[in-house]
Amino acid sequence: MLDIKDLYQDIIIDHNRSPRNFGKLEHATRVAEGYNPLCGDRLTVYLNLDANIIKDIHFEGTGCAISVASASLMTDHLKGKTKAEAEEIFQNFHTLLTRDNEQPEAEMLGKLSALAGVKEYPVRVKCATLCWHTLHSALNGKETTVSTE
Amino acid sequence: MDGTATLLRQPQQALDVGQLRADFPILKQKIHGKPLVYLDNAATTQKPQSVIDMFRRYYSEMNANIHRGVHTLSQRATQNYEEARTKVQHFINADSFKEIIFVRGTTEAINLVAQSYGRPRLKAGDEIIITEMEHHSNIVPWQLLCGQTGATLKVIPINDSGELKLDDYKDLLNARTKIVSIAHVSNSLGTINPIKSIIDMAHAHDVPVLVDGAQGAPHLKVDVQDLDCDFYAFSGHKLFGPTGVGVLYGKEALLDAMPPYHGGGDMIKMVTFEKTLYNDLPYKFEAGTPHIAGVIALGTAIDYVSRVGLDSIVAHEHSLLSYATEAAREIPGLRLIGTASEKTSILSFVMEGIHPHDLGTILDHEGIAIRTGHHCAMPVMEHFGVPATARASIAMYNTHEDIDDLINGLKEAHKVLM
Repeated sequence: MLDIKDLYQDIIIDHNRSPRNFGKLEHATRVAEGYNPLCGDRLTVYLNLDANIIKDIHFEGTGCAISVASASLMTDHLKGKTKAEAEEIFQNFHTLLTRDNEQPEAEMLGKLSALAGVKEYPVRVKCATLCWHTLHSALNGKETTVSTE
Repeated sequence: MDGTATLLRQPQQALDVGQLRADFPILKQKIHGKPLVYLDNAATTQKPQSVIDMFRRYYSEMNANIHRGVHTLSQRATQNYEEARTKVQHFINADSFKEIIFVRGTTEAINLVAQSYGRPRLKAGDEIIITEMEHHSNIVPWQLLCGQTGATLKVIPINDSGELKLDDYKDLLNARTKIVSIAHVSNSLGTINPIKSIIDMAHAHDVPVLVDGAQGAPHLKVDVQDLDCDFYAFSGHKLFGPTGVGVLYGKEALLDAMPPYHGGGDMIKMVTFEKTLYNDLPYKFEAGTPHIAGVIALGTAIDYVSRVGLDSIVAHEHSLLSYATEAAREIPGLRLIGTASEKTSILSFVMEGIHPHDLGTILDHEGIAIRTGHHCAMPVMEHFGVPATARASIAMYNTHEDIDDLINGLKEAHKVLM
């Protein structure tokens, strides 16, 4: 039987209550907005991208605990990573949340694995991936608002 | 209890909810190992065995196309279909069966009126009045009509209790107003609007009124002659009937003067390439083969509701809503959204520090089904400054224990997330 704590692990609660890297990033070189109209999750990802390395990354916004915790964990994880590494981590994260017969690379994901429980709640996958879709948009220089609808 | 005299009459008998629940097979289900507590009735209602059985009966015993055949099965299907129409007519006390049109649901009914009544009549500068609390299905068809005709949309605002500001309505009504369209009951707030006086005020200006009865018909006694509304729309699936079926009531004189909505078979008397003669009411507005089984099953649902007794249902739901409202007020950090003095069956709220989506997931884990989101009423969300609310909505088969489970679930959510 599924335990609700498999979804709302302590680390998720913590990152929701005290999101890391929260707030506008001055001198951001890339900015993108993401919006989930289904539940009203709305966030902005700020990047300081220098020669393909994510020097700094922040986020702002409001949303459910999953979306905020996911964004917080993402920003912590991606500092200092290259653009290519970030995209690979996104692919692995997506696999973690959606694919049954594929195994993501656990080492690459680190603390992001805490969100593995979302897989059992398909309706909430969009909450967890909103920040990553927004990041992807920021990395690729698109400035329009991303949606997970 | 003030203000509820209009809702309640002496119930003929108290509801035997235990007996009632046995009629609804889905209520026996377990969700995540817990008994289902279904509190999402404003989204759709569950169906009694008699309605479920009617589908099997229809397709085993009487399935044929209607209105066209001389063979026995066709006559049987037609008779049952038209009997359902009569049941609807009596359920809302319409004067004639000609005033009952079967459509797919409330949304289609409103689109029909917008296109068939509104489109030929409205011109640039004309005005349509709706309200801030409307469901998108009673906003977007009018926006489309405004785009087509150059008319403009005027909106009666709500106060922070979720009630219409009727003084603003008085100011909005003028010589350019061509139609008023308004919810009987708000699906996001539970507010019961004083539609009788709203209709009277519109009629004083010779303006017709459409009432969106999607949440009204299941929870209040509807008498279209007493209300004197020009159009009344409701959905079968919110009234313990199937999806894909709804009703548009319209005054005969109005419907007579309106051109058809959809063209096709059955809505004609005669077709040549030079000229086509349309059928009489109500068939003029029922093109093509309808959801025959669905309409007949809607009749069965109305039979069921009538047998249980709408007065008893209203009293029971009111008791549950009061119980739930009081209990919800005790929960720290909970803010009720929609606190009108006249309400029915809907409890919308937000909890501080807890996003409705997380609340919905945790409650689901306890077997409790509520709705979280904007409820197709984004302007309402904007008014209260929230991205979404949690909404519990009551029907005749809910119990005080269901409410207790909901409240305990809210406390559980608090523990998990805070």
